[in-house]
Amino acid sequence: MALHTLNRAPADQSCVTRCLNALADNDALLLIEDGVYAALPGHQALFAALPDSVSLYVLQPDLQARGISEKVRDVFTPIDDAGFVQLACDQDKVVSWF
Amino acid sequence: MSAKKKVLIINRRAPYGRSNARDSLDVALTCGVFELPVSLLFADDGVYQLLGEHDAQGIGQKNLSATMAALPMYDIDQLYVCEQSLKTQGLETSDLANAPTAVDQDAIQQLIKEHDVVLTF
Amino acid sequence: MTLEVNGNQIEVDEEGYLCALDDWSEEVAEQIALAEGVTLTPDHWAVLEVLRDFYNTFEHAPAMRPFVKAVGQKLGADKGKSIYLMKLFPDSPAKLAAKIAGLPKPTNCL
Repeated sequence: MALHTLNRAPADQSCVTRCLNALADNDALLLIEDGVYAALPGHQALFAALPDSVSLYVLQPDLQARGISEKVRDVFTPIDDAGFVQLACDQDKVVSWF
Repeated sequence: MSAKKKVLIINRRAPYGRSNARDSLDVALTCGVFELPVSLLFADDGVYQLLGEHDAQGIGQKNLSATMAALPMYDIDQLYVCEQSLKTQGLETSDLANAPTAVDQDAIQQLIKEHDVVLTF
Repeated sequence: MTLEVNGNQIEVDEEGYLCALDDWSEEVAEQIALAEGVTLTPDHWAVLEVLRDFYNTFEHAPAMRPFVKAVGQKLGADKGKSIYLMKLFPDSPAKLAAKIAGLPKPTNCL
């Protein structure tokens, strides 16, 4: 199982698509930095093809900084920095998409 | 000592404009020196790294293709290229140096699974 | 720093590697080797030639592992061994041989 982090906004299509295509069953995806915008309802379609077993997270301080804490879809679990570290430890590798 | 970790290096950036490609190659060669098994995957604009016969003297840089030609000397021979990226860029594997193996999305997921460490550049 | 060879001043860096690769000649090699306590024999020259070929092809001075492999390919498996190169260029063959061959210091050499 891998934790994938994505730090690019949705308009950076090649990076976002590359990341989403790389997600395998039981992997975790964490949106960080500008990547958190993908958690907004308008980008729901991006995630349509993902297996249900992929768990979705979003980094709370990055949501808060951008004023979108209350606007993101609830399929994304908000986590703080300590949660990020825990998540990284729980997976056997981290793949960073940037 | 535990078994050697298998390293997958994913290259997504075109050469020369940024240092990603050079940095990635330095990491690959260093892993090679330490006898770690290294695989390289080229995707998106990273496929341009595989066009051979560079001549970067005019822009004051070293030829990436010359260093890449040395990969077999470091026993790095597992090279993969995303077939979808090739298609997008209008390239064929026959256009590429180092004879990479073309892989689809499922095979890329499998590569990530099979390696212990994944680095992206 | 400079090195004087046949009355010519040749620039080297603080570790003794040539600053300009074009300054290299067999006399320069002999002088660098002498300063390092190595007397060049035909066996040394054969290895130096392999190293210079490697540099011309791949545009960098090799670390030990590819150095050994290149020597093995060009001079035969019996010579493509660390021990053989250690005897010719003691301590750190990749670095010492690169210096004598007039190449930059190997960058991936640890």
